[in-house]
Amino acid sequence: MKPRRQRLLAVGLTIAGIGIATALTLQAFKENMMFFVSITEVENGNYPEDRNFRVGGLVVEGSVRRKPGDLEVTFELTDLVNTLTITHDGILPDLFREGQGIIAHGRLDDQGIFIADEVLAKHDENYMPPEVAESLAEHAAAQEAVLSAEKESQ
Amino acid sequence: MWTFFHKLASPPHFYDLAAKFIPWFAVLGFVFVAYGTVAGLFFAPADYQQGDAFRIIYVHVPAAYLSMMAYMIMAVSAGIGLVWRIKLSHAVAAAAAPLGAWFTFLALATGSIWGRPMWGTWWEWGDPRLTSELIMLFLYFGYMALRAAIDDPAKADKASAVLALVGAVNIPIIHFSVEWWSSLHQGATLIREGGPAIQTSMLYPLLAMIFGFTFLFGALLLGRVRTEVLFRERRSRWVYNLVLPDEGRG
Repeated sequence: MKPRRQRLLAVGLTIAGIGIATALTLQAFKENMMFFVSITEVENGNYPEDRNFRVGGLVVEGSVRRKPGDLEVTFELTDLVNTLTITHDGILPDLFREGQGIIAHGRLDDQGIFIADEVLAKHDENYMPPEVAESLAEHAAAQEAVLSAEKESQ
Repeated sequence: MWTFFHKLASPPHFYDLAAKFIPWFAVLGFVFVAYGTVAGLFFAPADYQQGDAFRIIYVHVPAAYLSMMAYMIMAVSAGIGLVWRIKLSHAVAAAAAPLGAWFTFLALATGSIWGRPMWGTWWEWGDPRLTSELIMLFLYFGYMALRAAIDDPAKADKASAVLALVGAVNIPIIHFSVEWWSSLHQGATLIREGGPAIQTSMLYPLLAMIFGFTFLFGALLLGRVRTEVLFRERRSRWVYNLVLPDEGRG
């Protein structure tokens, strides 16, 4: 084998070896690599009990209640299967709103209410001007109306 | 074809060729960035949720993309240098590292500034996208520190090339981190199934910025490679003739 070939092989094998080792390590730590858990996982008791953790989901429409004269806010979080009640005493990010994806950091209390010490808003990959968002929403509403009308007529 | 590559790898030839490309890259870069800046800041509409704050995307996305592109260039050049013993490709790798580090820093800083109002946090430890990008910044630092620590240029080339190749495993991790794990960072907007998830009025300035940043990066990289080549070949006849054209004939 020519020395150049040998070096190519050595470099190739090294990269392949490191790649496989990293893939296996990441696979092994998959559970711990999760930035947040879903609400269904919390329902199933699948969360770290000995420390604070993060839970992610969508804020349920119409569920946000603020305590008058205080920062404390309570809302329902859903993953469209299960819901969880969250309370937070602090400042909410700009993107926090009903229907928005958020991540809360904190712990569960005895009553199964999640006491969040930090609430982060998760942004999605969509970028559009307000007019487009409005027309999309109108379109979706119109489509829903057509669908329900069809259902009723059947 | 091989003669083309052999000629390209010859330092004096590359030195002249790069000088021809630099002004074109610089002019194209400035034109694209000028258009992207004006269109992005003044003509693109505000986002339906983020308002005007989304405009940081016009720096963040090109910087993040180039931070990874620069690493790829560095790792591939280092690998070529290691296998084929081409000195020029080691020079390219060495020249790419500080540029890549700056783009990584820019991506992290703009992301952090955007994250404070939008997410509600400057930085989240444990987030896979944020952490893997930060690891890349440290890989750049490690690469540069290793080069600086070894006096013998041939040894510095070899040792740093191995580090660059090992660190390349981080590149797919950065890219796919938002798909493999749950992350605070959103998924890809541009390159995704079903086409870009951004309105064309916002998209065109972004593409212009990406092209503009890439051309400027190209111009800076070629300039840095020229300097690097000149320094490495400082004892050779062609550099001597270049610097002292009248005395070199002797």
